[in-house]
Amino acid sequence: MDLSTLGPFLVGVITSGLVLGFVYAIIALGYTMVYGVLQLINFAHSEVFVTGAVVGFEIFRVLEPSPMNGYLKLLIALIAAMVASGMLNVIIERLAYRPLRNAPRLVPLITAIGVSLILQDVIRIIEGFQGRFDLTYKLPPAFNTNFCGADSSCEALGTALTKVGISLQIKEVIVVAVSLLSLALLNYLVNSTKLGRAIRAVAQDRVTAGLMGIDSNRIIALTFLIGGALGGISGVLFGMKFGTINAYSGFDPGIIAFTAAVLGGIGSIPGAVLGGLVLGVIQNLIGVTNVLGSILNIANLQAIDASYQRIGAFLVLVLILIFKPTGLLGRSNTEKV
Amino acid sequence: MKRAKGNVGVRLIGVVAALLVGAAQAQTAQTTIKMASLSPLSGPQSDVGTQISNGARLAVNEYQGQFAKLGLNLSLQPYDDQADPTTGTAAARKIIADSSILALVGPLNSGVAIPVSVALAPSHVALVSPSATANVLTERGLKNTNRIVPRDDAQGPAGADFMLSKLKAKKVYMLNDKTAYGEGLAGEVEKALRAKGVQIVGSEGTEEKSNFGSIIQKISLSKPDVIYFGGVYSQVGVFAKQLREKGITIPLVGGDAYDSADLLSIAGAGANNIYFTTIVAPASEVPAAKPLAALYQKTFGKPIQGFGIFGYDAAKVVLQGMLDAARSGKASGQAPTRAQVENAIRRVRATGLMSGTVQFNSVGDRRAARMYIMKVNQGKVRLETTLDVKAPRP
Amino acid sequence: MTAIRPGSQPPTAAPDRTWWLIIVGIITSSLLMLTQEPTWRAALPGGIAKFLTNPLVGSLLLTLFLSNLLFAFRWKAAAWAKALVFFGSLFIILPWAGRDNTAIFDLAIQIGIFAALALGLNIVVGLAGLLDLGYIAFFAVGAYTWGIFGSGQFAKILGYFADNGGPVGGGLRYLLGGLLLTILGAVVMSIISKVKGKWNTGQRWANFLAIMGLVAGIIMSLRGVLILMSPQAQSLMSGVNPNFFWLFLVLALFAAASVGVIIGLPVLKLKGDYLAIITLGLGEVIRVLANNLSTYSNGSQGITPIVSPTVPFMNAIAGALGFSPDQYNLFFLYFLVIAIIAVIILANVRLDRSRIGRAWVAIREDEVAAQAMGVPLMQTKLIAFATGASFAGIMGVIFAAKQTFISPESFILTQSTSILSMVVLGGLGSIPGVILGAAIVTILNISLLPSLGEATAALKLPQQINPAQLQRLVFGTILVMMMLFRPEGMLPSARQQRLMHEDDDPSDNETPQDSLKHSAVEPAAEVYSPGTASIKDDQRTGGAR
Repeated sequence: MDLSTLGPFLVGVITSGLVLGFVYAIIALGYTMVYGVLQLINFAHSEVFVTGAVVGFEIFRVLEPSPMNGYLKLLIALIAAMVASGMLNVIIERLAYRPLRNAPRLVPLITAIGVSLILQDVIRIIEGFQGRFDLTYKLPPAFNTNFCGADSSCEALGTALTKVGISLQIKEVIVVAVSLLSLALLNYLVNSTKLGRAIRAVAQDRVTAGLMGIDSNRIIALTFLIGGALGGISGVLFGMKFGTINAYSGFDPGIIAFTAAVLGGIGSIPGAVLGGLVLGVIQNLIGVTNVLGSILNIANLQAIDASYQRIGAFLVLVLILIFKPTGLLGRSNTEKV
Repeated sequence: MKRAKGNVGVRLIGVVAALLVGAAQAQTAQTTIKMASLSPLSGPQSDVGTQISNGARLAVNEYQGQFAKLGLNLSLQPYDDQADPTTGTAAARKIIADSSILALVGPLNSGVAIPVSVALAPSHVALVSPSATANVLTERGLKNTNRIVPRDDAQGPAGADFMLSKLKAKKVYMLNDKTAYGEGLAGEVEKALRAKGVQIVGSEGTEEKSNFGSIIQKISLSKPDVIYFGGVYSQVGVFAKQLREKGITIPLVGGDAYDSADLLSIAGAGANNIYFTTIVAPASEVPAAKPLAALYQKTFGKPIQGFGIFGYDAAKVVLQGMLDAARSGKASGQAPTRAQVENAIRRVRATGLMSGTVQFNSVGDRRAARMYIMKVNQGKVRLETTLDVKAPRP
Repeated sequence: MTAIRPGSQPPTAAPDRTWWLIIVGIITSSLLMLTQEPTWRAALPGGIAKFLTNPLVGSLLLTLFLSNLLFAFRWKAAAWAKALVFFGSLFIILPWAGRDNTAIFDLAIQIGIFAALALGLNIVVGLAGLLDLGYIAFFAVGAYTWGIFGSGQFAKILGYFADNGGPVGGGLRYLLGGLLLTILGAVVMSIISKVKGKWNTGQRWANFLAIMGLVAGIIMSLRGVLILMSPQAQSLMSGVNPNFFWLFLVLALFAAASVGVIIGLPVLKLKGDYLAIITLGLGEVIRVLANNLSTYSNGSQGITPIVSPTVPFMNAIAGALGFSPDQYNLFFLYFLVIAIIAVIILANVRLDRSRIGRAWVAIREDEVAAQAMGVPLMQTKLIAFATGASFAGIMGVIFAAKQTFISPESFILTQSTSILSMVVLGGLGSIPGVILGAAIVTILNISLLPSLGEATAALKLPQQINPAQLQRLVFGTILVMMMLFRPEGMLPSARQQRLMHEDDDPSDNETPQDSLKHSAVEPAAEVYSPGTASIKDDQRTGGAR
């Protein structure tokens, strides 16, 4: 194989990895924000995310016959998913985590696992009443067409992109655009508003924040609301990109997204985004290692195929943490003695 | 959502009614015999597992009358294995302890069926698996273990033959889902293809349920003319959708776990040019299929799918065996022993099934089965061709 | 916050319950036997027999009977009564019921296996405070150690090397080269580990390369051994002699402990949740490797049949007691599990009170202080990891022998979290607690929750609300409720209880405890570890934004 095929091939692999990475990044943000204020691995976040995906599915399904503009449908789906997932996250915090604020840290962790199991079955039951298990998104047809494909106003751009190996569908472009938009919003919220300052203060030191007059319970609830809303967005994006979800499909992306959050430095918002993108790309690159191995003629690499995608993420995490124990963008802090 | 709420109310009333009815039924005195079903009823594989126990329930309802004539009160006892070997074994031990259970339909997965059959064997509880295809399951020669699906080394070569003769495959890309089912089946297909000199341009497994990005990139790079994916419809559907979205239209071939209407809805516009091998005859071939589908829809509020039919067929084989054993007994109202049932099932000749006539060979594989090769195209499933397969040993 | 209160006060002067214990023991045992012993059951009137054989009732009676053991352990009673009920239940009633219903044996063995796993994880999480979310991997290592050798799989591996490994003589070269590399790696690592304080980049690299060298060396030497042994493939077609089982119990212990060390070495420098996610990942790595390296593990197809040893005198006893030959194996495994659990409990008690046990607790409470007091951090943590792993390794062997079949799907991630939930549910750091936790979770998952579905099967409930399908929902609810109402666990250790309520002592903190407990602002406790420290704000593992 020569460079003219290998180049576009790799570009294609990396692009699809980046799109995937944006979805991971938004899920990872939900983990990292909750972790930031409570130091809790919120195992229930994967179900919060699936809830968003299910709500998105229902909106698209109900609106399917309506002649409404596709982007308006998307907006409704996103808002509905944000509200549902955000509220769910707040309720979970109120009922399952707040009573355990002073308990050992493993206790809310086990509670989170319990909540996650409960939600899986509840989602399945609700959809099961309508005879559904696997939920397939019914997107507006325009979303499934190629970005700048034939007969569109930007066909030239599309052809040029295809030549270098980038062929995207409209829905994938939407995934990236929505992700970037939510990142910008979150960045504004956390860094430039009073609420954001309060969240940062609580994350930094809850005791002192309390002394400064911040109601930390309220701020924690709001953080769960924001984290849940991000989970809702990522659910809809995940459903759009991959098409099908069911009550149990939050588990795998949840684990990978949490890995991404740790990889970037847990508690760090830019870290979660970077971690998500890195993992998305690396997962896809590991999936094609055997092709690269056969080009470079290295026998050992040829055995590494898509079945190693999953653990590749973890091995990368191990390697990075050995050299940078607080993750890519995590701040190392000296311990007080 | 409002409608769903109303449903809950109605159903709760139904529960209370059912409780009363159940209590009333418990009063009727007759010799009670049971058939057990073992499949995942909770967890991620519960959808498929429930179809199997539902299919078995329909079969039990159908046979209750015949058993009643012999003075026997037949019922179904479903067990849950959660697709986990350990839970499956624990359930098997419970089945042994309930002496009114004479035989078992299930399990779904080979990984559960293997330890379960070992645990059941000394107590002579026969099992007929509706879907476990691993060669080793029957290869061990246990007297109690049977199955109605052709095993990997029968189904695999059939798929390979079809790809060669009808699809004229020269370069094939092999995929599997890294489970005992998918990897076993794809392994046998690959073996058969290699023996015929077909070039295998790629062969790998993936546990991913949604992200097939890198695999699809590799496929478009290596330009095969057929893809074989040993996996279950829920995963394959997502793969097919993404594959077609990237503009790859070559045939996609697989095994009996594709047999579900959900494959079409999951793959959406991608449900084109997909072929699968199955033992379930299409509705056009078997007149009984239509009423069965209607009955299933009426009973469970869901359309019947491949695994429901597998469960129904396997249950009918078990029940036919139990009936044979019961008839050979002398007194009316006397239940046959488990050993009698075990022998009867191995010797059974069950007809009128959705998958034709079932007769087992010496190790519990079907002596002969007709495999239907179905084609999914434009949102429709059509019969493409048929192939007869024989058990690898007499 | 009142949820934390119950159970915090130690019971004052409990009444003597000797006779209660005896009475409860007799009643629950007879009820259990009534449901299991066919001749007794036959003597009952039909209605009662029908009620007793209801799966749910049967399962509840079994649970009630098993709680005898707990009563015998907990209640204040005369020693003879405790011993009578405890050993009578364990050695007479339970095997007796198991003879009539092997499900009871299966459940008891499974409880034993999980209790050992929970005890092992308890050392890692409860004592040393290292959050390990991939613990099931060590169980898998043990199971595969016996699975490969106790079946035809080893012959298959040798066959593979006979075909692909080159000439037998080459094996010696591999072996020698591998050993050299192993020694080199070990030497370099031991030199680097002497370095005090933070490592610079060069030292980190050297350590990394040394670990890689060590692993590569071990792999190379193993390959050498396999090539050297490849001519023996034919003679091992049905596995090694079953009596090697005993040797493999020990080998699996060492195998799992070594994997623990290999996994622990690169990651134990990390703290808290970084460690948690890495162990979770490495646990998955082991499972995926078992799934992918089909030459060794037969991949997703799994390994079967795996043999168990036959112990003639145990079989003779079982035969004399009226067990059927197919039950001999369970009978033997049941007593083996009890024996191993006894040894593990003994080891735990000794460790808990030993120097190393105190070092673990010291690390859990405050790493920096422990280090300052001269506790070697890495070494102590590694020992905790390896000890915990070794228990899982032994039980893996028994699991493989009991199941006769192993495949990667038995070692999935949710098993790790389920073992963790046993430890936390029972009481972190408390030996009786984690055993109780293991028993509760196992009984729920294998006996009680499924029986709920089985008992309602005849009722023709609508599918969606059929209890048979709601196991996760019910289990999750129980988990959440138990944590909310008894966050310190069912039987918290005295140490843990003191720790959780150290704020109760006003001299410890200047603020009165009640205002602390009810305010949103909690005290800055002096503990640091993911296991036991409460959620605090001032000590962070990562950066914060």
